[in-house]
Amino acid sequence: MSARLLAITFALAALASLPLWVSGTYYVNVASQILLYAVFALGLNVLVGYAGLVSLGHAGLFGIAAYAAAILLNMGAGHGAAILGAFAATLVGAAIFAALCLRATGIGFVMITLALGQIVWGLAYRWLSVTNGDNGITVASRPAPFGLSLDGAPSFYYATLTVFLFACVAVAVFVRSPFGASLKGTRDQPRRMTALGYHVWLIRFFACLFSGFLSGVAGLMFLYYNEFISPHAIQLSASAEALLMVISGGSGTLMGPIAGAVLVVLMKNVASAYIERWNLVLGAIFVAIVIFMPEGFVPGSVRLARWAVRAFRPRAAGEARP
Amino acid sequence: MNLYLLLGVNSVALGGLLFLLSSGFSLIFGLMRIPNLTHGSLFMLGAYFGSSIFIWGKLDFWLAALLAALLVALIGGAIERFLLRRLAGNELAQVLVTLGISFMVADLCLMEWTGDPISVPTPEALRGVVRFLGIAFPIYRLAVIVIAVVVAVALWLLLERTRLGAMIRAGVDDPDMARVVGIRVSRLFTLVFCLGAGLAGFGGMIAGPILSVYPGLDGEMLPLALVVVILGGTGSLMGSLLGSFVVAFLYNYGQALLPELAYFVLFLPMVLMLVLRPRGFFGRQAL
Repeated sequence: MSARLLAITFALAALASLPLWVSGTYYVNVASQILLYAVFALGLNVLVGYAGLVSLGHAGLFGIAAYAAAILLNMGAGHGAAILGAFAATLVGAAIFAALCLRATGIGFVMITLALGQIVWGLAYRWLSVTNGDNGITVASRPAPFGLSLDGAPSFYYATLTVFLFACVAVAVFVRSPFGASLKGTRDQPRRMTALGYHVWLIRFFACLFSGFLSGVAGLMFLYYNEFISPHAIQLSASAEALLMVISGGSGTLMGPIAGAVLVVLMKNVASAYIERWNLVLGAIFVAIVIFMPEGFVPGSVRLARWAVRAFRPRAAGEARP
Repeated sequence: MNLYLLLGVNSVALGGLLFLLSSGFSLIFGLMRIPNLTHGSLFMLGAYFGSSIFIWGKLDFWLAALLAALLVALIGGAIERFLLRRLAGNELAQVLVTLGISFMVADLCLMEWTGDPISVPTPEALRGVVRFLGIAFPIYRLAVIVIAVVVAVALWLLLERTRLGAMIRAGVDDPDMARVVGIRVSRLFTLVFCLGAGLAGFGGMIAGPILSVYPGLDGEMLPLALVVVILGGTGSLMGSLLGSFVVAFLYNYGQALLPELAYFVLFLPMVLMLVLRPRGFFGRQAL
């Protein structure tokens, strides 16, 4: 336990001092991006990892929050009102998503979330009078909580870090709570949970709300980070990227989606600096991870490394093949 | 009034295209429980292959369409045989692999055929219009309707009147039992996957003169196929047929009457169907 405490302390210190030892606005901004996508991945992981429900429409919820805030801001609302409105819109959206998607589980759930995500994208793309279509919506300013301006890269980084830490604690508490335990129960043994008197549907419904809320928080941060939102940010590949973060890091763990977010955002930034073909890389990683490391990138590479060591080590006489 | 009639004919033609796309999707889903997210990509690939063979290879339009269908069927078979087969029973992995492949296909198409849309010329014999009741109907769209009807009848005969069809139906209804009585279900899987992919590829080329070919076509067609299958029910030919026409009418009339909310109009019946009848018009089980 003390080793773990030490690791957490060290990680917190590293995160808190990051703008001091990372030189250049660009890298601080990349760190902000990683943190905001980590919140998104944490939210998606509540469904994928703990409820066993795979969503390919979460970019829709991310988008509902961002668009709701952007539209409210452009209608002249203050930041506080816009943020509250965005949360309300996300929760309503997540409730509608959940009510429809929970008609099915497994593959049906995936397909319905995909279709719903595409609806949100279609509305953002086509409903010109409200969303300005492909041109997107620009937001004039970032909020200034407690009078602190978030305009600089480091100050925005600290704001995202605060939100990220809150999200981490929220998910950790959620998973360890009796409710989290019952959610894992509905993932592993839905029929047994029903027989024990749990309302499986309702448990999953609340999990969808919580997951959607975190996605909305990430969407809001994305809006303020770019001060801009367009349909491009909420298309299917955005949902797929979030899913890749969860899967690659290892779903159903607290650290997994965070590691996945680091991996995907770094790769995306590095890849797009050198090659144009990010989608090709993204697709290839998906296929490779599923075929070679179905348990996630981090545990998978450890297993592959062990396998390689064993395969290339000269066999001692009389040693049986494992 | 005339506008509505013309829209009606266009909708029937689009419905025919959607049927070519979604009948294979529905069969694959019904038989293997694989949500083949590459289906939109296969449609787009068929359109790109066909248009290249037709425009640069200077072959006959129909020959190009058949060649494209064959190529796409081979690609589909390879995906099933070498990737999806290894992941049997692991639905999440299948979703991820098909999604990954669809991204790769989209990017490779962008590399090969660039981002400019390719407009496929209508075959010469089918240019022009037929006048009926004072309205000009484009001949090509009428031809698409005929093709869709022919394919639907052929598929129906295949599924209902042949030994192979009986085996496929048995596989859809109860794969384990079908295996027990000696049907090689895994070979059926490959066959159905090839058939579905080929139909999608063929549909892509046939759609060329109407929709043209452009990057993003895959992402536009896939949700349509999803809605058709959710409406019609999985694994049912009648379901895909009815679903295709419902979706096509909603899409065309929605575009004409409520252009901004066209997407919403399109997905609303899907939502209602999920709430009221989750197994769709003709599906045997819920999604």
